[in-house]
Amino acid sequence: MNGWNAIGAEFRKVFTTRMWWLLAIILFAYVGVTAGGLGAFLGWATANPEAAAEASGGPGGGAVVPPGTELAPLIYSFASSIGYVFPVLLGALAVTSEYRHKTLTPTFLAAPHRQVVLWSKFATQIVIGAGLGVVAFAASVGAGAAALAGFGLDTGLDSSDTWALIGRGVLALALWGGIGVGLGVLVVNQVAAIVIVIVFAQFIEPILRIVASLSEVTAAIGKFLPGAASDALVGASFYTMATPGGTAQSLEWWQGGLVLLGIAVVATVIGGATTWRRDVT
Amino acid sequence: MADGIPIEITGLTKRFGAVTAVEDLGFTVQPGKVTGFLGPNGAGKTTTLRVLLGLERPDAGTATFGGTPYAALPRPLETVGASLDASFHPGRSARNHLLVYATAAGIDRSRVPAVLAQVGIAEYADRRVGGYSLGMRQRLALAYTLLGDPGVFVLDEPINGLDPEGIKWIRGFLQALAREGRTVLVSSHLLSEVQQSVDDVVIISKGRLVKRGTLASLELDAAPRTIVDSPDRAALVAALDAAGLEYTEGRGGLIVAEPDPARVGHAAFVGGVELSALHRLKSGLEESFLSLVGGGDES
Ligand SMILES: Nc1ncnc2c1ncn2[C@@H]1O[C@H](COP(=O)(O)OP(=O)(O)OP(=O)(O)O)[C@@H](O)[C@H]1O
Ligand SMILES: [Mg+2]
Repeated sequence: MNGWNAIGAEFRKVFTTRMWWLLAIILFAYVGVTAGGLGAFLGWATANPEAAAEASGGPGGGAVVPPGTELAPLIYSFASSIGYVFPVLLGALAVTSEYRHKTLTPTFLAAPHRQVVLWSKFATQIVIGAGLGVVAFAASVGAGAAALAGFGLDTGLDSSDTWALIGRGVLALALWGGIGVGLGVLVVNQVAAIVIVIVFAQFIEPILRIVASLSEVTAAIGKFLPGAASDALVGASFYTMATPGGTAQSLEWWQGGLVLLGIAVVATVIGGATTWRRDVT
Repeated sequence: MADGIPIEITGLTKRFGAVTAVEDLGFTVQPGKVTGFLGPNGAGKTTTLRVLLGLERPDAGTATFGGTPYAALPRPLETVGASLDASFHPGRSARNHLLVYATAAGIDRSRVPAVLAQVGIAEYADRRVGGYSLGMRQRLALAYTLLGDPGVFVLDEPINGLDPEGIKWIRGFLQALAREGRTVLVSSHLLSEVQQSVDDVVIISKGRLVKRGTLASLELDAAPRTIVDSPDRAALVAALDAAGLEYTEGRGGLIVAEPDPARVGHAAFVGGVELSALHRLKSGLEESFLSLVGGGDES
């Protein structure tokens, strides 16, 4: 047995069931609709600031989009700011489905070196997370650019900054795939893992980020939240617009990447030293 | 084909909290024979096999393949073919299931169609396993054990769920593997299920070894006996005593420690006793097995 065989087997596991393309399709649709819809709305609001301000609260009610806001990175980054749960789910399922369907038995019979199997999953899900990143950015850039262009706004597609953002976004989703593996091996129970992902992504993290932005001290801690670190890595997020009055702080992009990588590695190491070594019954 | 290697288990103990599933168990399984690993439900068969295969850690003792623990085998699937509870991802086809593990073990993918045909499920190979019958799953589990053409087979209750034709097939199949010089260990909680295909038996009960030897030696333990009954039990008892025959009381009459019904009949005739039943007790093997594992119910 060697690592390449183990990685090959993990890829085959993913691509021989339906989950990967189900998640990829939902991710594409979800990100595409969100980026396209908000792109159209914000594009309209930017192109018609008067009408938008009127609609949002009467004359002088304040601009919906602060003047000078660059819309393109904001809209394209939906791929990572809302899409990150998908690689996490797929990564977690790669581990928990082995427990759920008791396939750890044939897995460990074919490859008794358990740590090799686990880190093969990790590597595989990093690559697949990057693949999902490409899908997500195809959706956000495709739909978002079309909407912006429709209002005659700058799509930013001729700027290298935009493409750097997309590259960092793909990297972010890759790292989220590794976090999924770490979560899966820590939690092991499939239903619990899914519930944790959804509750954390939809409630806990957004609330913590808003609460953290209320004071300097908490903001210094809040920037290490995984979602905040991810946004820092990508370099743009609608959160920065959603909490304009707060004192949200942000890491450097590379720091954000290291935080994500750190979470993924630490969770996988801990899970690998605990649940993954237990008796397989 | 890889060579048959003996399975060696010594001083094996495995506890789950307060439950001692296996206690100081030791036996050897030789190549070239089919060995039945027998014991009632909860005797510790599956636990022993899981420890042997490196899936559970023992509290004491060792379980090896010719001295090498499973996890240290350089090419495990090409040395040992094992099936425990047939477990598959329901959304994956049989072919892809086998391809996954052939890839993991570095086995040529041409083995996959070969083993699917060998176990007779080639025509369902591309259906998702979730729709398989129990018997088809058992066959797929066997196909997995054959992937690496190993010299040792470790099969936990492989006959469970097979139809009569399947049972006949697997018996011949196990015998053929053993004749090729492979080591074949097959567990079952029913002696009758495997008695036609095993050469040796290892019997455990409550985690402990109670008997190991050839099937023939078990048969010797189970000398055939005779059942006899009469409308007048007291007179029958007197006649058997007079003839010096040993007996115990069973539900269907007296069980006489005498293989020849004619001699029991003669004793009754001498005593002038009318008989309502007189026949040989069939399959002493199963009784012998049951009395060994402590669940014995005479007659
Ligand atoms: N994971 C576990 N946790 C707790 N107890 C266990 C576990 N696995 C097995 N046991 C206990 O160990 C004992 C032996 O179980 P085992 O499954 O090895 O028996 P078996 O001989 O295979 O029985 P069967 O014929 O029913 O398959 C039983 O008392 C069982 O309850
Ligand atoms: Mg069992």
